[in-house]
Amino acid sequence: MKVPTSFTNIPISPSVDKVGVEERVARFQSRSIKNESKRQGLDLVLSMIDLTTLEGKDTPGKVKQMCYKAHHLHDSYPNLPTVAAVCVFPSMVKTAKTALLGTSVKVASVSTAFPSGQSTRAVKLADTKFAVDEGADEIDMVISRGKFLAGEYNFVFDEIAAIKEACGKARLKVILETGELCTLDSVRKASDIAIYAGADFIKTSTGKIQPAATMQVTYTMLMAIKDYYDSTGIMIGMKPAGGISTSKLALHNLVMVKEILGNNWLNNDWFRFGASSLANDVLMQIMKLETGVYQSSDYFTID
Amino acid sequence: MNRVEILKTYKIYIGGAFPRTESGRYYTPVNKTGEGIGNMCLSSRKDVRNAVTAARKAFGSWSERSAFNRGQIIYRIAEMLEGRKEQFILELQKQGSTKAEAEKEVILAIDRIVYYAGWCDKYNQVLSAVNPVSSSHFNFTTCESMGIVGVLAPQTTSLIGLVSLLIPAICSGNTAVLIASEKLPLCAITFAEVLNSSDVPGGVVNILTGNTEELLPVLASHMDVNALISESLGSLEIETAKAAVDNLKRKFTYNADWSSEKSQGLYYISDCLELKTTWHPIENIGGTTSSY
Repeated sequence: MKVPTSFTNIPISPSVDKVGVEERVARFQSRSIKNESKRQGLDLVLSMIDLTTLEGKDTPGKVKQMCYKAHHLHDSYPNLPTVAAVCVFPSMVKTAKTALLGTSVKVASVSTAFPSGQSTRAVKLADTKFAVDEGADEIDMVISRGKFLAGEYNFVFDEIAAIKEACGKARLKVILETGELCTLDSVRKASDIAIYAGADFIKTSTGKIQPAATMQVTYTMLMAIKDYYDSTGIMIGMKPAGGISTSKLALHNLVMVKEILGNNWLNNDWFRFGASSLANDVLMQIMKLETGVYQSSDYFTID
Repeated sequence: MNRVEILKTYKIYIGGAFPRTESGRYYTPVNKTGEGIGNMCLSSRKDVRNAVTAARKAFGSWSERSAFNRGQIIYRIAEMLEGRKEQFILELQKQGSTKAEAEKEVILAIDRIVYYAGWCDKYNQVLSAVNPVSSSHFNFTTCESMGIVGVLAPQTTSLIGLVSLLIPAICSGNTAVLIASEKLPLCAITFAEVLNSSDVPGGVVNILTGNTEELLPVLASHMDVNALISESLGSLEIETAKAAVDNLKRKFTYNADWSSEKSQGLYYISDCLELKTTWHPIENIGGTTSSY
């Protein structure tokens, strides 16, 4: 367990070469993936999904239905993995936890006045503690982007460290909301702050702002994780979220993770996809590979 | 002055855009004297997949448009085709028709589109019914569009066969993926240009060129295609019917002389419709008079 140092102790973030990032990312997208590897990759993607519902209109019924789907992805085809976790609002944690009793699917809860993060420290801590007490295995917090953009890095660092403390045993994912950070340099800086302040995972987006998890952004964050691992030997997880709705894009992301961080990160302890519609697309691709016939969403559950 | 004529490269039509085939393959159909008449895309199964995806995306808003508005848009196709009559006549001649035959074919195609434009806001009244039932229900049957219709254009004509199958399928709110005549494909893509410059939303009609034996099984087996219409398929008939079974695709074959004015009618529309019957409970006090 690493001990958060203060913001002043963390290394200065290197600047990001945007053109270079774009070229490298383009190369990840041109890999040819053969059918057998693709099939394995798709299973892996399924097992890495955080099935998500974060709407004002969420009801206990909707959450229960999603939880059922989390471990019954497509019953007409046996031996599929379950997803890694479901991701819900704190008020739905207990419902989800009950619905998932006896399964290996974890419950993640967003917190800290998600999605804007515009609230006081006390409210954010209470929000987090409530989710943990209800039984959340993982906490997805948002950083204060306003403070970050105003240059109050100390504030952002201390806030993450405080939330980490409130999490107890729950793993902490820190959402940077990269769509609001404007530049890759800011993404790198925010990543470094989150990692050094105690994040177990860093996560791109809330899914409420566009652009969300572009490959350029994910690449930049993976490099921050790599640099941290190289200097400390401590692994940090990565969760791109928002905008990854096709199998193809998910596989491109896996290629990128493997080539930057290596095989150790290719499991759902260290890599996740935050998505709501990705699961069905992956299922349709798997059924296409198994049957040889292009599939229709009519035969898969409605999310 | 002598010059080398440019042999046009015809692209395919998917989701309102004209991409090349993802496979990068081409073929050059020839006329009777063996001259190449155009460079056509030899589409692949992935092009079929992309076309079906585009058609599904377009289905919601197209089927929800008012019947009258669909009629306006179909009529607009006829107007645009009228304006480009000469181009189609030349293209048909290039593919082996005489000038007189070509003129007749294009004019009939325009008239047939106008005919189906007229049906858009009328077929539902004609085909729907209020059904007598012996319980306290108001029981009625109405038509709903089916979804995505796969169309294999008739092989022996370049334009009129395609129009005769495609237009009745889309006028009721279906979207379509059409495979053009393999040997006479030119007018199909020029027709796509007409569709693109009329008010037909992108994705409502998607047109592919290429090898029938390669593309038809993919379209026939695609789980997201709801109906398949064509002329008789000959040696491909049984294989195609088997492939269409999995999602209970409606499959219709027509044998008609498309150049006849009689080869049009309401039943070309009704084949690609679903009938929905609703049992609506009503209060029937005393049982003497209708209470709806």
